[in-house]
Amino acid sequence: MKKTMTMISRAVSLAAVAAVGFTLLAGAPAKAAGGEVEPIDMTWSFEGVFGTYDRDALRRGYKVYKEVCSVCHSMQYVRFRNLAQPGGPEFSEGQVKTLAAEITVEDGPNSDGEMFERPGEPKDAFPSPYPNPEAAAAALGAVAPDLSLMNKARPGGADYVYSLLVGYEEAPEDFDLTAGSYNKYFPGHMIAMPQPLSDGQVDYEDGTPNTVEQMAKDVTHFMMWTAEPKLEQRHRMGFQVLIYLVALGGILYFAMRKVWADAH
Amino acid sequence: MSGESTYTPGNGFTRWLDDRLPVMRLVNDSFVDYPTPRNLNYWWTFGGILTFCLAVQIVTGIVLAMHYIPTTELAFASVEHIMRDVNYGWLLRYVHANGASMFFIAVYIHMFRGLYYGSYKAPREVLWILGVLIYLLMMATAFFGYVLPWGQMSFWGATVITNLFGAIPLVGESLRTWLWGGFAVGDPTLNRFFSLHYLFPFLIAGVVILHVWALHVSGQGNPAGIEVKDPKKDTVPFTPYATIKDAFGLVIFAVLFAYFVFYNPNGLGEPDNYIEANPLSTPAHIVPEWYLLPFYAILRAVPDKLGGVVLMFGAIAILFVLPWLDTSKVRSARFRPLYKQFFWIFAAACIGLGYCGGQSPDKILIAVGDGGFDVTDLSRILTVYYFAHFLILFPVLGLIEKPKPLPESIAASVLPAKAQEKPAS
Repeated sequence: MKKTMTMISRAVSLAAVAAVGFTLLAGAPAKAAGGEVEPIDMTWSFEGVFGTYDRDALRRGYKVYKEVCSVCHSMQYVRFRNLAQPGGPEFSEGQVKTLAAEITVEDGPNSDGEMFERPGEPKDAFPSPYPNPEAAAAALGAVAPDLSLMNKARPGGADYVYSLLVGYEEAPEDFDLTAGSYNKYFPGHMIAMPQPLSDGQVDYEDGTPNTVEQMAKDVTHFMMWTAEPKLEQRHRMGFQVLIYLVALGGILYFAMRKVWADAH
Repeated sequence: MSGESTYTPGNGFTRWLDDRLPVMRLVNDSFVDYPTPRNLNYWWTFGGILTFCLAVQIVTGIVLAMHYIPTTELAFASVEHIMRDVNYGWLLRYVHANGASMFFIAVYIHMFRGLYYGSYKAPREVLWILGVLIYLLMMATAFFGYVLPWGQMSFWGATVITNLFGAIPLVGESLRTWLWGGFAVGDPTLNRFFSLHYLFPFLIAGVVILHVWALHVSGQGNPAGIEVKDPKKDTVPFTPYATIKDAFGLVIFAVLFAYFVFYNPNGLGEPDNYIEANPLSTPAHIVPEWYLLPFYAILRAVPDKLGGVVLMFGAIAILFVLPWLDTSKVRSARFRPLYKQFFWIFAAACIGLGYCGGQSPDKILIAVGDGGFDVTDLSRILTVYYFAHFLILFPVLGLIEKPKPLPESIAASVLPAKAQEKPAS
C-alpha cells in the first residue's frame, strides 16, 4: 500500500513538473506585451494532421494580394512558377506564363554590355513595388514588410493576420491616435498601414461574396501558403512517418517483452 | 567492471584483424557483451537517444551546409531557398532546428536522471564532468547555430550574448571586438559562427567517445545506486537486453520528434526569427531559445552586468564540482527521503527560472499597490535557491539525512526471491 502511494505521489509530481514545463513552453512564444488583444480563433483548412489548402481560397487570395497588398508590399521569396506547383494554388503552366508575362523585368547585361527589359517568366520572383526599402519608406512613410513569411513571423500566425485585416475600428474617445490608424489587434493599436480592404474591392470570378471578412480570409490563406509552401507534403509525410513509428514501436515492444521474459 | 574480454574471432579475417587492430573486440566488449545492470529503467535509455540526436544533427547539418550561405546579405535568403527550392530542404531544416530542441530535452532528462540517482558520485566523477563538458559544448553549438538563419532573434541574441563579454574588466572591450571581428555583429561574426558551428559537433563527438569510455570503465550506475556484486545475477549482456530496450525508447522519443517536425515545426521557435535581421530595429523582447532561458533569467536577476555574467557561467560551472559538494554516501534518491523532496523542488526551481527567462522582467506576478512582486523578484529568489541547492543543501543533506536501508544486491532489488536462484542467461 505504502509503495503504491509513493508511486502515485511520484507519478503526480512528475506529471505536475511536465505539465508546468509544457505550459511554459507553449506559452512562451505567445507572450503578449501590454495592450494586446487575443486574435480571433479561426478554423482553417490547413490546420490539423490532414490539413490541406483550399485551392479556390488560394486563387482568390492571390487575386487579393495582387490587386491590393502588392501595391505596397513585396513578396520576394515567391516566384511565379511556385503558383503551378503541387500543394499551392495549382494554376496551369499556361496561366502562370500569362501571369508572369504581365510584368516587366530588367535583365542583362547582354553581349553589348547593355541592360535590357523583357517580359516576366515563371522563374521570376513576384515584383517588389519599390526598388529598395529606402524608396518604400520615402513613399509610404514606413517600410511595408515583406509578406512572403508574414504568417510565420507574428505571434498568433494566420489568426493574427486575419484579425489584423478585419480589426480596423474608430479609435476610442480616450485613445490618443497621433498617426496612422487604430487597429484592435495590432500591438499598441496604432498601425501605419491604413485599412487595406473594403467591401466589394476585388472582383471574385467564382461568385464568392467579396466582403472584407471573405477577402481577409482568402488572402490570409494565400499568405499561409507563401510562408509554408510545402505544408501539404509535410502533413502527408508526417502521417506516414507516425504510422511507421507506431508499427515499429509495437514490434520492438513485443520483441523486448520476449527478450526480457527470462530475465525478470 | 568491463572484465575479461569474451570475444573470440569467428573466422580467419577477424582473427587476422584482431591481432592488428582489435576493433571488433572493442565493439563486442562495449556494445554486445558489456554487462548492464538488470534493474535499469527507461530513464537510462536517454544515452542512446542522445547519440541518435547528435548523429541526426550532424547528418542534417552537413547537407544544410551545402546550401547555406554565411553572409549577412544572403543568409536569410539561402535558408528560404532551402525551405522552398532544395529537394526535401524543408524536412532537413525542420529536423535540424527541432532536433536541437529534442537534443536539449533529452540532455536535460539525462542530467536530471543523473542528479536523481546520484550518477556523479565516485567512481563516476570524470564521467559526470565529461557530461557537463558536452552540455557546455552543446549550448555553444546551439547558440552559434541559432545565429545562422540571420533572423531578428539571431542577430539580437548574438548581440546580447557577445556584449556580455564586454562586461569583463580591462579586456572586455577588446575581447568583444575580437569576437565580433569588427565593431558590431556583422559579416565576420556570421562567418566565424558558421565555422565554429560546423566544428563544435565534432568536438562533442570526441568528448562523447571519452564519456562512453569512462562509462565502460566504471560501469553504468543504476536506480538502486549500488555496485554490481555478482555479474551473473546482477547484470545482463548489453545485447540484446539493453539494445532492444534502448531501441524501443528511441522510437517513443522519435514519435515526439516527428510530432514537432511535421505538425508543429515552429512551435518551439520565435516568430521574430522569420523577420530578416535588421540592426536598426530592436525587437520588443529579446529572448534566447527555450533551453537557455533559465540561464538568461539568472543573468537578468543580477542588477550588475558583470555579476550577472559571473553567476550565469557559475550556474554551469558549479556542476563540475558537484561530485565533491554532495556528502551523502548513498547514491540513489530512492533511499534518500530528504534529498528526494529537494530534488523535485530543484527541478521546479529550474522550470521556474525558465519561465522567468521567457517573460518581460518587469511583468507583475502578484500586484501589491502600485508595484508588486515581479518576474525579476521571482528570478532573484530562484537564483539564490539554485545556488543554495548546490552550496548548502548538497553538503548538509548528506550529513543530517538518515538514508533508508539499501537492498542487498541489484538482483535483490528487482527480482522476486525465487527467481534470484536462477542466473540470467
